[in-house]
Amino acid sequence: MAAADEASRPFAGLSDVSISEDIPVEGDISVPMGSSRRDDEFSTLDEPVKETILRDLRAVGNKFIHVLYPKRSSALLRDWDLWGPLLLCVTLALLLQGGSADSDDQGGPQFAEVFVIIWFGSIIITLNSKLLGGTISFFQSLCVLGYCIMPLTVAMAVCRIVLVGGSGPVSFGVRLVVVTASFGWSTFASTAFLADSQPANRKALVVYPVFLFYFVIGWMVLTFSPAQ
Amino acid sequence: MASANDPFQFQEFEEAASLLEADRDATTITIDDEDTKAEKQRIAAGFIPDGDDEDRLASDDKTELLSGQKKSAPFWTFEYYQQFFDIETHHVRERIIGSMVPWPRKNFIHVYLRRNPDLYGPFWICTTLVFAIAISGNISTFLGKLGKPNYKYTPEFGKVTIAATAIFSYAWLVPLALWGFLLWRNNKAMNLVTYSFMEIICVYGYSLAIYIPAVVLWILPYEWLRWCSIMVALCLSGSVLVMTFWPAVRDDHPKMIIATMSAIVVLNTLLAVGCKVYFFSKPETLIPVEHAPAAEVIKTTHAAATHST
Repeated sequence: MAAADEASRPFAGLSDVSISEDIPVEGDISVPMGSSRRDDEFSTLDEPVKETILRDLRAVGNKFIHVLYPKRSSALLRDWDLWGPLLLCVTLALLLQGGSADSDDQGGPQFAEVFVIIWFGSIIITLNSKLLGGTISFFQSLCVLGYCIMPLTVAMAVCRIVLVGGSGPVSFGVRLVVVTASFGWSTFASTAFLADSQPANRKALVVYPVFLFYFVIGWMVLTFSPAQ
Repeated sequence: MASANDPFQFQEFEEAASLLEADRDATTITIDDEDTKAEKQRIAAGFIPDGDDEDRLASDDKTELLSGQKKSAPFWTFEYYQQFFDIETHHVRERIIGSMVPWPRKNFIHVYLRRNPDLYGPFWICTTLVFAIAISGNISTFLGKLGKPNYKYTPEFGKVTIAATAIFSYAWLVPLALWGFLLWRNNKAMNLVTYSFMEIICVYGYSLAIYIPAVVLWILPYEWLRWCSIMVALCLSGSVLVMTFWPAVRDDHPKMIIATMSAIVVLNTLLAVGCKVYFFSKPETLIPVEHAPAAEVIKTTHAAATHST
């Protein structure tokens, strides 16, 4: 009895309120949308296909520029995509073909071997980083590692052009310098993104596998010898 | 239990156990300071400290023990494997150095692993060794055949697969066999020292670390250098392994001890020599002995040509 009184006391004044019928009660019951992105996503069905493709291409190109000038920005991490890594991996594997592999089996890497090394290597490094307690997600890490292969792909293209001129010691020296520089660039770019996600006492443990990964890819690029 | 003295005088209370004896229904709380608590936990876990070795890493130990027991998650979850990566950079560095420098009193497992075996070291050392062997073998073949006119350089990528198979099976199957063997012997002869499977894998993985600089040295085409470096690497890694497993078998039958130790050493030797023979060709002599027959032929044809004109 006393409890019921206690409960009704804050609402005691409401019993006097009455709503007359000639005051219209109207309004808009809608939850305000946080961002306008959701509107965009709902309306992408209506836009032309060219627009959709161009949006993805612009995102990929944007990330390429981020790799070229590695700053500590989180754009690469926030909107990850795997188109860029796929494109780079296929390009690198195609450029590594046409070597002296046609004679016998002791030749250069096959297309499938390059593919497996790049993707399997990236997955193992990502697992290693996550097992060591990293805060980066699985696909974000794959995205970063894949995009940072770009300097080595550029170096491969340069090497093939240099090899057209000849394959003597001079061309080897030029190729060595180009591959070393791009290997350093790749490692530096990827550690700029990845090392931040680890505590300070484990950074070297995460950076070393990345170093080994790009070293092996650099080795494949450097030892490419054309068919004679 | 307060005594009927001056109430403002601080009273020393006895240990919880003796208080409980007096009054079984009372609840007692014992608040130790950090040092004694760590000491008690350490002794309770069966870990007998051996003096001055521990002081250097004592603070490390304390923080590990105080942070709680290891959570044991089921083996199909991610967290189960995360417990084997619970190490820091300086731990890995210390373990690698400890595997290269065998010290008579220091057992690798007791001193460096301290019940925290990791999978990071063994896995990445094996991977590095695989690529080091493949790349060094390639370079040494290239350098050895540099003078020959017919030589066409091939990267030889098939050898990476073979190297990987050999090294990873050594690093994972031999510890499995050794662990099973030690388990079987423990049932027959009661040993005080038992090693878990992860600890044995850890020792074997880290003992391969000395081979990485040795393999890089094999690039140089000097046969005496290669044999010297193999001997040194074999001695160091073999002695670390022998000293680690000595406490586990010393209470056993003497024949078993000899058999186990020699099996460990022989397998290690087989791996090292096998890798050298398969991946690194013998450097051939590059002196003009090879060009001599060709030079002779050229001279005679030239002489015949000048004579005939």
